[in-house]
Amino acid sequence: MKVLVIGSGPIVIGQAAEFDYAGTQACKSLREEGHSVVLLNSNPATIMTDPGVADALYIEPMTLDFCTRIIERERPDALLPTLGGQTGLNLATQLEDAGVLEKYNVKVLGTPLSAIKQAEDRESFRSLMREIKEPVPESWIVGTDAELEAILDVVPYPCIIRPAYTLGGTGGGIANTREELMETGRKGLKLSMRSQIMVERSLLGWKEVEYEVMRDSNGTVITVCNMENFDPMGVHTGDSIVVAPSQTLSDLEYHMLRTASLKIISALGIEGGCNVQLAVNPHSFDYYIIEVNPRVSRSSALASKATGYPIARVAAKIAVGKTLDEIDNQVTGTTKAAFEPALDYCVVKLPRFPFDKFATGDRTLFTQMKATGEVMAIDRTFEAAMMKAIRGLEVKQKDLRHEKYQAQDDETLEASVKQPTDDRMWAIIEAIRRGWSLDRVNKICKVDKWFLRKLQKLVEVEQRLVKASESGEDLATLISEAFLIGFSSPSIRSLLDGDGEFASRAAAEIERQKVQPVFKMVDTCAGEFESNTPYYYGTFEVEDDALSKI
Amino acid sequence: MIPNQQQERVFYDSRLKRFLLLSDGSVYEGRALGADVPGIGEVVFNTGMTGYQEILTDPSYAGQMVMLTYPMIGNYGINDDDFESDKIQPSGLIVREACEDPSNWRSTRTIDALLKERGVAGIQGLDTRMITKHIRSAGVTMGVICDDPAAGKTRLAESAGYDEQDYVLSVTTSSAYKWGPEGKESVAEPDPAGRPRLVVLDCGLKFNILRRFWRAGCRPIVLPATATAEEVMSWKPDGIFLSPGPGDPKRLEGVVSTVRSLLGRRPMFGICLGNQMLCHAVGGETFKLKYGHRGSNHAVKDLETGKVTITSQNHGYAIEPNSLNGTRGKVTQINVNDGTVEGMSVPDADAWSIQYHPEAAPGPWDSRPYFASFVEKIRNGN
Repeated sequence: MKVLVIGSGPIVIGQAAEFDYAGTQACKSLREEGHSVVLLNSNPATIMTDPGVADALYIEPMTLDFCTRIIERERPDALLPTLGGQTGLNLATQLEDAGVLEKYNVKVLGTPLSAIKQAEDRESFRSLMREIKEPVPESWIVGTDAELEAILDVVPYPCIIRPAYTLGGTGGGIANTREELMETGRKGLKLSMRSQIMVERSLLGWKEVEYEVMRDSNGTVITVCNMENFDPMGVHTGDSIVVAPSQTLSDLEYHMLRTASLKIISALGIEGGCNVQLAVNPHSFDYYIIEVNPRVSRSSALASKATGYPIARVAAKIAVGKTLDEIDNQVTGTTKAAFEPALDYCVVKLPRFPFDKFATGDRTLFTQMKATGEVMAIDRTFEAAMMKAIRGLEVKQKDLRHEKYQAQDDETLEASVKQPTDDRMWAIIEAIRRGWSLDRVNKICKVDKWFLRKLQKLVEVEQRLVKASESGEDLATLISEAFLIGFSSPSIRSLLDGDGEFASRAAAEIERQKVQPVFKMVDTCAGEFESNTPYYYGTFEVEDDALSKI
Repeated sequence: MIPNQQQERVFYDSRLKRFLLLSDGSVYEGRALGADVPGIGEVVFNTGMTGYQEILTDPSYAGQMVMLTYPMIGNYGINDDDFESDKIQPSGLIVREACEDPSNWRSTRTIDALLKERGVAGIQGLDTRMITKHIRSAGVTMGVICDDPAAGKTRLAESAGYDEQDYVLSVTTSSAYKWGPEGKESVAEPDPAGRPRLVVLDCGLKFNILRRFWRAGCRPIVLPATATAEEVMSWKPDGIFLSPGPGDPKRLEGVVSTVRSLLGRRPMFGICLGNQMLCHAVGGETFKLKYGHRGSNHAVKDLETGKVTITSQNHGYAIEPNSLNGTRGKVTQINVNDGTVEGMSVPDADAWSIQYHPEAAPGPWDSRPYFASFVEKIRNGN
């Protein structure tokens, strides 16, 4: 079969080059199955346009006109549009609407376009969710003062008021009581050019959790990975610190949300991968479905790298009709793609922001993504993975210290802890360093206390290092603890502040210990099966998977 | 339910050494976790990333020490609701790191506090991936958690192997009871109208099996594993359920002969050990897997429908598929990875069983519909 694959075009802010990663995997996967690949991508600065990835390559504008001419010339049997992000989907929709696909008898592979439309159209998605009894946040459209009065006793508080058609959300806000809703709502109605506001349940402060799920044409559904955001609801997940797997969900909660995600992918009839985002009440079993991405996304690229499970490769094989139990798990080489990866490590993703280049840019974070990249770190503990990720960011901060926040007075710092920004984590760390209770910090920023306690543990070691020259603590034990929890030698050296004799003793001890990491394998199965893929992470443990015989 | 005992936060001395010894001579040094008592049992590993509370109270782990491959255990604490039996069942817990400061709205204490409260041994600070790989290649083996390696070694040498012991008798209920909306009820309680009666042979039940059966609309009546066929029939059951449980099914001749004489008299459904007992009842054989299936991510294929489902598993023995040739039984489901038997049926006796855990707790809920379909079957007088 000859398959036309649509790439993603230019990489823009809001993407992390995930479509190039996914598209390249998919092209290789299709050719493995013996299909020939025709690739259209306007962006030559990608891996997928490297020689040898596709059988025929068109670096042309990604427009209806050009794509039609490519179809005329190449006469592909099928089109795979779900790997190029929104660009690919839009182009496929245009080709279908213009009758090109029908004229040249080109079949759309993978998830049907109708399913994608259903997932992406707000109203039809909400009605599908109501049908399968999955909760979406309640919202009300209000056009007059009378209508506003009528909902005062109906809406859950706090609620968010969003006036329609105003610039930058002017006139919106949060209402905690009937009175506040009446006041803010009236103001919003006046400010809205169409005299219309939307009142929506507020989920600010709820946990944000994601599930990456897959489905094949046989109806088999699996979860590749779930992820928990460090930043609660209110920050775009692309701008959030993310950890995989989830840490603070019990087995019951994990599977309640997993079941909901699988129900959604089944109801949509997706054949391939899908990302489901959920808001979870930190004090009850309540949750809401926030968003569904019915295709390969930034999150699925992260999930792939976090688990070793090649989502795009498997999605491409599903698109050409294979089922999950027929597809090999390439990582182990001995098992099948029909399983759910088991992690025996912790993954931390930190977003990378471009504010070093845009010095005057607005650094506050909200629901529109500002990150231009991300780093992912793997280790056996959250603390070590976090420290590794910070070092990988290539920003000025190499550990937990941040001059800006260390210089702030308590009042300013409290505001910094509250307002999500690109470097808020360091403000939170400074608050913990000043001895603010975790309850207090949690109340201000709503970050789960599990994360805060982990940061506090790191701060405790940091402070012991800082005070070591005065406290007289045994340097050998302290330095070894610092290494094991995740501090690097340069950080330990600079934190161990002291005079000549102490400094040289400390330097010698660091040099003597310089604990050598071992390398552990990312094998999708937590060591249950033998694996052959050379994908490793460094950690301070006993056995080195790269050297061991089993 | 285990009562909520308000515990002071328990601190352990991070320098308190503890050892894990395996019968093949391997020694691993770690730190203390849980009660300061020795633990002995077959060392097995579970790859589930959540579900430690359910695992610790699952009777099928009796006689074993569980190692969890996920490195940070106890993050969401221990709550008052997710117990699967009244006891901590495994004799030891082996983890990389036990969380001292859990965070979840239902959490009432740490995993360390629970183990201390229940007098169960544990060890942490080990390279659990290394030990997992060791077991994967050498097979499951007996082990001991102890403070003194020399004493541990002696204890290990003197103890009987896992396969030489009967665990079902130690985990089965001592007397019959019924299950209702609030949990256990006396057998004197009347049966609600409209609910078919299900007699459950308890070889090591998890509460969630009874909860799911109740939700599916039947009235579970739980009997000890030693109940005779006549005793079972005296409860006038509409259906019979064979429960999961610990140990080698070959050692359960008594229960198997009860199952054999009940076969065909009422519709029958079995899970895990129940699957293996059904196999033995029709003359089939079972064998011990090298390191078992324990986790929440095993894919199973239904041979009739072709449907593939992710399941929760916990078993060390499996049905020998060829042994069913020429018997009344047949294989209905297989494991996608290693092809082992995951389900069988005895069509002429209206009996069928599965090797995995549709009740989940821990693990995926994808096979829950089995409870409803079995209850539907017995409701219609099969």
